[in-house]
Amino acid sequence: MSTTKKTYWKGLEQLKNDTAFVKHAGKEFANIGVEEDPGHSRRDFLKMMGFSVAAASLAACETPIRKAIPFVTKPMDADPGIANYYASSYIDGGDYCSVLVKTRDGRPIKIEGNVLSSVSTGGTSAQVEASVLSLYDNYRLRGPKIADKAADWETVDSEIVAKLTEVVGKEGQIRIVSNTILSPSTKLTIDKFKAKYPGTQHVQYDPISYYGVWKANEASFGTGFIPSYDFSKAKTIVTLGADFLGTWLAPIEFTKQFAATRKIDEDHRDMSRLYSFEANLSLTGANADYRSMVKPSESGLVATQLYNLIAAKAGKAALSGGIDKIANLDKAAEDLWATKGSSLVVSGSNDKNVQTIVNGINDMLGSYGSTILPGLPVNFRQGNDEAMASFIADAEVGKVGAVIFYNCNPVYDHPMGAKLGAALKNISLTVSTGYTEDETASLTTYKAPDHHYLESWNDFEPKKNLYSLSQPAITPLFKSRQAQESFMIWAGAPTEYFTFVKENWKSWFYGKADSGMDFQSWWDKCLYDGVLELKSDATGSVSFTGDISAAASAVSSTYKSGNSALELAIYESYGVGNGSQANNPLLQELPDPITKVVWDHPILISQKDAKTLGFTNDGESNTQMGTLTVAGKSVTVPVLIQPGQAPGTIGISPGYGRDKVGKVAEKLGVSAYPFIAMENGSLTSGILSGVNLAKTSTAFQLAQTQTHQTYMGRHNVIQESVLSEFKKDAGAGREEEKITKWDEKVAPSSLSLWKGHTYNNHHWGMSIDLNTCTGCGSCIVACNVENNVSLVGKDEVIRRREMHWLRIDRYYSSDSTNYTSEEAEKAAENPEVVFQPMLCQHCNNAPCETVCPVAATTHSTEGLNQMTYNRCIGTRYCANNCPYKVRRFNWFKYHDNQQFYQSNPAMNTDLGRMVLNPEVTVRSRGVMEKCSFCVQRIQAGKLTAKRERRPMKDGEVITACQAACSSGAIVFGDMNDPESAITKLLKITKDENGAAGFDKKTGNPRAYRVLEEIGVKPNIFYLTKIRNKEGVAEHA
Amino acid sequence: MPKPKKRFEIMTSKCRFVHLRIKGGTLTHMMKRLFSGIFTCVSTFLLCLLLSYSVQAQELPTDAAAITAGEALFNANCKTCHRVKTKLIGPALAGVETRVPSLGWIVNWVHNPAKVIGSGDDYANKIYAEYQKSQMTAFTSFKDEQILSIIAYVKAEAAKPDAAPVTAAAGGTGSGSSEPSAYLDAILVGMIIILILLVVILILIVSALRKFLDTKELSEEDKEIVNSPITFSSVTRSPGFIFLVIFIVSTVTFKSVIDGLYSIGVQKNYQPKQPIAFSHKIHAGQYEIECKYCHTGAAKGKQANIPSTNICMNCHSQIKAGTNTGEGEIAKIYAAVGFDPATSTYTGKTKPVEWVRIHNLPDLAYFNHSQHVNVAGVICQTCHGPIQEMDVVKQYNLLTMGWCIDCHRKTDVNTKGNAYYDKLVEIHNKKSFKVEENGGLECAKCHY
Repeated sequence: MSTTKKTYWKGLEQLKNDTAFVKHAGKEFANIGVEEDPGHSRRDFLKMMGFSVAAASLAACETPIRKAIPFVTKPMDADPGIANYYASSYIDGGDYCSVLVKTRDGRPIKIEGNVLSSVSTGGTSAQVEASVLSLYDNYRLRGPKIADKAADWETVDSEIVAKLTEVVGKEGQIRIVSNTILSPSTKLTIDKFKAKYPGTQHVQYDPISYYGVWKANEASFGTGFIPSYDFSKAKTIVTLGADFLGTWLAPIEFTKQFAATRKIDEDHRDMSRLYSFEANLSLTGANADYRSMVKPSESGLVATQLYNLIAAKAGKAALSGGIDKIANLDKAAEDLWATKGSSLVVSGSNDKNVQTIVNGINDMLGSYGSTILPGLPVNFRQGNDEAMASFIADAEVGKVGAVIFYNCNPVYDHPMGAKLGAALKNISLTVSTGYTEDETASLTTYKAPDHHYLESWNDFEPKKNLYSLSQPAITPLFKSRQAQESFMIWAGAPTEYFTFVKENWKSWFYGKADSGMDFQSWWDKCLYDGVLELKSDATGSVSFTGDISAAASAVSSTYKSGNSALELAIYESYGVGNGSQANNPLLQELPDPITKVVWDHPILISQKDAKTLGFTNDGESNTQMGTLTVAGKSVTVPVLIQPGQAPGTIGISPGYGRDKVGKVAEKLGVSAYPFIAMENGSLTSGILSGVNLAKTSTAFQLAQTQTHQTYMGRHNVIQESVLSEFKKDAGAGREEEKITKWDEKVAPSSLSLWKGHTYNNHHWGMSIDLNTCTGCGSCIVACNVENNVSLVGKDEVIRRREMHWLRIDRYYSSDSTNYTSEEAEKAAENPEVVFQPMLCQHCNNAPCETVCPVAATTHSTEGLNQMTYNRCIGTRYCANNCPYKVRRFNWFKYHDNQQFYQSNPAMNTDLGRMVLNPEVTVRSRGVMEKCSFCVQRIQAGKLTAKRERRPMKDGEVITACQAACSSGAIVFGDMNDPESAITKLLKITKDENGAAGFDKKTGNPRAYRVLEEIGVKPNIFYLTKIRNKEGVAEHA
Repeated sequence: MPKPKKRFEIMTSKCRFVHLRIKGGTLTHMMKRLFSGIFTCVSTFLLCLLLSYSVQAQELPTDAAAITAGEALFNANCKTCHRVKTKLIGPALAGVETRVPSLGWIVNWVHNPAKVIGSGDDYANKIYAEYQKSQMTAFTSFKDEQILSIIAYVKAEAAKPDAAPVTAAAGGTGSGSSEPSAYLDAILVGMIIILILLVVILILIVSALRKFLDTKELSEEDKEIVNSPITFSSVTRSPGFIFLVIFIVSTVTFKSVIDGLYSIGVQKNYQPKQPIAFSHKIHAGQYEIECKYCHTGAAKGKQANIPSTNICMNCHSQIKAGTNTGEGEIAKIYAAVGFDPATSTYTGKTKPVEWVRIHNLPDLAYFNHSQHVNVAGVICQTCHGPIQEMDVVKQYNLLTMGWCIDCHRKTDVNTKGNAYYDKLVEIHNKKSFKVEENGGLECAKCHY
């Protein structure tokens, strides 16, 4: 049936037809790890009896009395049942996102992007979306503590002040340690503290350091800074291990910019080209047009080589060193030079010398002022590795008299954390302001917990002259206190922080903003908008004065090609990130976009190394533990064979292995932070020597969702082509399936068993652009939060019972359809990757509807496939009949069930329950569920329009996944509205030849419905994936 | 903690009337007095100028449209405190247009009574003193013509003769439903008579047959059968009787089990005792206070809202004794809101009232008041029954899904003046259509 010459596969087990994979591939409900029926005992009979009696007496009872307690004095803008939105800012160390917080009855329940911000541009990430549940973390400190005993603030303050005075009296040293601080007002409070206590130094560090970039810019341009990047202007992008779509610097902003260069249609047939040279298969590598595997030991040389290739064209002197035989590097240089002025080279290295060479390349390419904006420096990463290292050294030798950890956790997330932890015992005053009792806080004497960001006032300057505010969306849940107020109290000048920020803004920005408003109105507007963006020249100009040949010779001495030993490539996890939100089950159960592993972080090795070392994986993700030794430190971790992993490298992510974190992430994985080494004054994530991996005899099973829900050999779910073909024919890559009648072949839409549906009012539809979807997964988390989706935990995921309504299918592909096992191995070395978000397709001829014996799933007059939980009796026929495998069955009662306390606190603890969306029913055991197209949002949007007595406006209703999508790949709307974005994008018209007469068809040549040939007519359309690759057409 | 700035103001003009009379109000008032004391000359002059101008500019409208608009405004906003012909919290308004200094005075008064009192106006201060220094709520958002239309309505209403007391008007309404049941009764009686006749006929036939058989020569066995008497035990042991008894018992049991199951969770006529003996009969019935005056959310959101005590205080800061219960029940409001009636001050000690919830929909059903009250224009009584006659509120209707669906089948969509429905009206050839026809019976309209 398929005309493609490619093979798409979800994992090695599928490519190699592993028996365990084959066994379960065809089953909707696989019987994995499920205990056999133990038979019924007398005890069971008694239990049943007891239950029946209880149920009968319960049914006979009077309904319990329910209280309704109104406000005493109702605030003007708080109405029960009506959501309010507050503009605020997400902040986690240096990670920043301007957000809108949705609150219902005083509780934040959802985070959305703020489109007014030019920094985060309305996008969000998985961590931002999940942060609302961190507010209700059961592990949060309930109030201040001295050692292990709860204390009151007065005692804590007086003791801290007394000790600080004592330290100052002895002329001792005081340190305030923090991650990057974006807030100018917070920095001012620290300055006031410093003024009161001389001998105080403020040390900033970042768990994932960018200090090398800062130092390279200092060496290149005279001043240390990290510039803004503008990927949207770039026609050729080369990344040397910088995962800018996943984790590097500001992925939300970069995803938006990158997506802008990948949006193509019939009238606009050009797009950027992305080259990636990296060791681990990253999200950026997965989205790259050309990806080459480069070991960390070669990464610096690749930069030198690229410099030399460009320098040859620019007529500049070549540098010593370099490396040959890196695939695609010559081509990348050609392209970079050809698009000079709109080219961009970024590097993920934290080595000052490598970054200096990259600066040199960008300087030759004229990127400064075009794709790199030195006039708009970012403040996301201000950490100074050297200062932090010397602080830890001072602490170890007892030079520090007092230390305050401001919302940071260096004992866990700094490579020298263990040393610091040991040194803390010798420091007379140790204070932590973190809102949980983490690894660092548990070793400090005084715990002075700060509010969660959703309870705080604060201001931020993420980029020069671009400011934002955060405001509390809930009254503080516990007896925590704004850390800035703590600093001011300890500095002897107690101030309400809100007033402090407001006064600062009045003196700093009110005049500059020149708004023509009185101060109060201007301030109100700033709060309402959430952001204040002052005009400035963003472009800036710099002149490159770096000593590039010195850098090159340093690179040559550090990096050597032909290293035969194993190397370690540490990468930041897409889910839990640097580990600060590790206790958030939304992130733990988010499948890693690449490995599709949940609730753990295996180390990743290539097939070649697996063979040498003797590791094997099977179709049920059974693997072996391996002992990883780096510079004398050993850990035992499960090993996963990852296509695309550079041979000779081991990938590992930090963010796991936390000891003091709470129930959710307890005993999960190991910490990779101790492996990070100091190199040239900055922390490096590539370990070039002293790495060893040995197989142990311990077996281990990972929870990996990659081969769950497969399509039983239907291959044309992904339709793709290359840009050269697309330029000739906008329908390139489309597979127009035909149905064979007795005399002719016809389009599937022209035949139908069904009469079809009339959609008089609205007809909701969705379009998903495979070309701009980066697979990041923020839509999954947004969907979980919006729709109260249960989180089931690792064991249940192994049994293939994850409840996510929206999954992202990650396919590897390679250019052949028939493989011997050796060829298959070769194909899987560095495969192409494509991501496909898959959710209920809301079929017009839905197969699930016809098989439900109780009509619990039905079709609406607006094109929705409705699921009625209270009618469902759990036959699961619908899921069996769903060709897209998007229906999820509640095998257990996931709410109010202590068995799921660890994985699903949002439904099992009083605190967690506050996050639930009251508009969406919490499903019970034994019912089916699936994507509803956010019907609660549709209903609310319609009602607003009706109340205002006007027709609906396009964009008034957006689904949670669309709102979360930074790249704009998801478009949702009314296909009956000729002016809607979706109608225009898909060029929707009435299908005159359609069998039902009411059918719609798309005039967009890129648009297709998945499994069109089975005639279920989904309301979700996908746009073909186009790779900007040279090459022949994939079609026969 | 300072108040966070909300991103989207979700507010209708209705809630502006829910003003608080707390300490702050008096303080502002005093400040205003001070202010006016300093600038007495200037303000008086300006006011005079304004008034004289207003008098010339403003005349009472007389057209029917203005009077109707005025009636709606009066009912929604003024009726809580004023009546046309009787004195309530505020004075009876009949003749107000001639009583006060000028029409412009009324406009200024309604916009901001505090300002007029503060300006030293004689008439204003006279009324202020007469009504125990309780000040009328300011209606700053009203346009001048709106205020004049209210006065026009008052004038028109005052001119009408007193209506005769309304006698029971509901006489004829019962007949519609009683007709079919009477008909059924007649059929039933007829059938019973027929049955009795049949039994009589059967008995006659049996005795005739027996007499006939007696005359014949019969064998011993046959004779025994013919002459066997119909005794109690022979009847109870007959298969027919046993079947009948089993049938009746099982039918009755089955029916009552089914009925019992269907009534689980159905709380029709649920009438719990409330913490405060609040009477809708007095407030909504006798004083005709608009429902939405207290239930502020009904038109704008999912919940109708049980009024917060500050709304009670709009009137009960003045009305300290109730019609039925004297001071006892109103004292409970004061206890909740922290009000000392002796000194008319707020103590700050509050305790929310814990009302017992009467209407409980299951969590799986989504119901939105604004859809029904605001969009569809359904009156409260449709679901809540004659609430204005209830001293103690009870659940009047079943509130089951069948009951909802029944209404969705029968009710036309209220498309009038609502551009949202324009396209649908067009599709239905400008004829009315039922909620059902617009997907009103679909599962995901209420269950998600």
